Amino acid sequence: MTAGTIPKKTAATTQLPGRRESRSFDRWAALVEGWLRAHTILVYVFLYLPIFVVVLFAFNDTNRRVTAWDGFSFKWFGVALGDTVVQKALLNSFLVAVPTAVLATMFGTMAALGLQRVGKKSRLFFDALTYTSIIVPEIVIALATLVLFATGFDFIQSTFGIKLNFGHPTIIAAHVLFNISLVLLLVRARLSGMDRTLVEASSDLFATPWRTFVQITFPMLLPAIVAGFLLSFTFSFDDYVITTFTSGPGSSTLPLFIFGQVKRGVTPETNAVATIILAFTIGMLLCAQMVLSWQNRRSGRKGGDMASLVAEQSG
Amino acid sequence: MTAEVTHDVMEPAKPGRLRNGLLTTLLVGPAALWYVVLLVLPLAIVVIFSFGTRAKNGGYEPGFVFDNYIRALERPDPFIASLAMASAGAIGCLLVGLPLAYFIATRAGKRKSLLILLLVVPFWTSFLIRTYSWLIILGPDNGLAGVLGGIVGDEDFRILGTPVAVLIGLVYGYLPLMVFPLYVTLERMDRTLIEASKDLGAARWATFRQITLPIALPGLVTGTILVFIPMMGEYVIPQILGYGRTYLMGNALVTDFLEARNWPSGSARAVFLIMIMFATIAGYLWFVNRGRQARDVSVL
Repeated sequence: MTAGTIPKKTAATTQLPGRRESRSFDRWAALVEGWLRAHTILVYVFLYLPIFVVVLFAFNDTNRRVTAWDGFSFKWFGVALGDTVVQKALLNSFLVAVPTAVLATMFGTMAALGLQRVGKKSRLFFDALTYTSIIVPEIVIALATLVLFATGFDFIQSTFGIKLNFGHPTIIAAHVLFNISLVLLLVRARLSGMDRTLVEASSDLFATPWRTFVQITFPMLLPAIVAGFLLSFTFSFDDYVITTFTSGPGSSTLPLFIFGQVKRGVTPETNAVATIILAFTIGMLLCAQMVLSWQNRRSGRKGGDMASLVAEQSG
Repeated sequence: MTAEVTHDVMEPAKPGRLRNGLLTTLLVGPAALWYVVLLVLPLAIVVIFSFGTRAKNGGYEPGFVFDNYIRALERPDPFIASLAMASAGAIGCLLVGLPLAYFIATRAGKRKSLLILLLVVPFWTSFLIRTYSWLIILGPDNGLAGVLGGIVGDEDFRILGTPVAVLIGLVYGYLPLMVFPLYVTLERMDRTLIEASKDLGAARWATFRQITLPIALPGLVTGTILVFIPMMGEYVIPQILGYGRTYLMGNALVTDFLEARNWPSGSARAVFLIMIMFATIAGYLWFVNRGRQARDVSVL
């Protein structure tokens, strides 16, 4: 990260004395600075307004319309948590998100490690598949998977006489796919930034490959693995598009419940359920962020927290 | 290094290699299996189905015809709508995102990572919830449409269910994907260049146009691609904020597959959509490689 040194340099150059600028130029500069600042504040308001609105109206003590403010109350949380449909959807969400996160994290990490050991051609081929899974629109993957399962299940029933149905396994299978790519990219970013000398030192000291892995490689990768797990969980927990096309009767998750409610008209109960989800997922994300920055502080590496991970991936 | 060589020599070559191969297979195997069964196979089925015909009671009947492609080309409305909407969305993200990225990269100082984290948090929380919230914000009932309608004196003034609502939702949903790469390129920018430009008497606008913009260009292109691609296939936002009236590719695909149960016709459309994605990416890679060569020459 050479970028870290740049601000210092500029801090020095911007304070260069004796710059001759006219008054009108100063006023322009002030205007531009003011506009930049105002724009930034407005964008953050724009980003957080929807979250604020949902949370606010979840506490609305009203039996009329959602936006008619009748005072502060927790009653809709009680209604939401006492609703058996919500309970079932919440349970389903966990039954999908936990196995998805476990499988995706395992397979993604294993693949990232294994890909270090294969030739360039196989790796390129694998990368092509990884990026394809990201590039192809979610709706296309969802519908294609639906068609695959429907056709496959028909085929199995006609040949073996076994009737298979859509349900948790089909949702999990589809969710694992896009989360493998995510974990793979996260772990690989960490692997490439890893100090190889430690691994070499370990094998020079006659440690077995397994022992080197357990004592050196795995602890170094742990933050990326934990972040991958938490993110896969969140993505799976929040997903609507793929879930709706791969779910069966009785397996509908919280996002499906919310979508159904939204189509019929948002109620304070919808907002209460949404607030619970928001609190939960934001908590998970902050955990991931904390794990990453804690690990970085310990290893003395700059960057590599969640923000820079995303930024690196996209830059 | 030498230790590695002796290590190799010491170990009996053949079983070691075999065991290594087995381990690699075990490591990559599950992910590869997933990619083959749930990515390659479904996409292959879509391509095969796109040449078939609709079975009598819906679904797919084997065949080799181009009718589905021809029909998709004859009725390109959802394509054009998606292209227009995704382009407008990308421009919107750029207009909102560039000043923001510029501010974070050059003016935020110590608060830089906090501001980036604040961008990440909403981006990774439920898309669905953040989208439906705009139903309340833009709605006629104490929302923006109500307020604006009150000012104009038109009680039936609506934003929801129009393309404008979809556009707002798209810009809102994908803005961070535009800001991240812009921020990364602007952050790496050597700001002595700007000082030099100023010292040489260039006006602010000239400096921005001749120094900042060319430097930000790679990030700008990456950001545009990152927002354009998912916007082309967006389904939830037009469904919720557009009431399904703004008929984009996502809606057309769902109609084809589930309502009309015409899998071949939907498959042909899906193939078109995928082809547009890959063409965009190919163009992008071409741009990046060309840029890299040019940069190598100019910097080194």
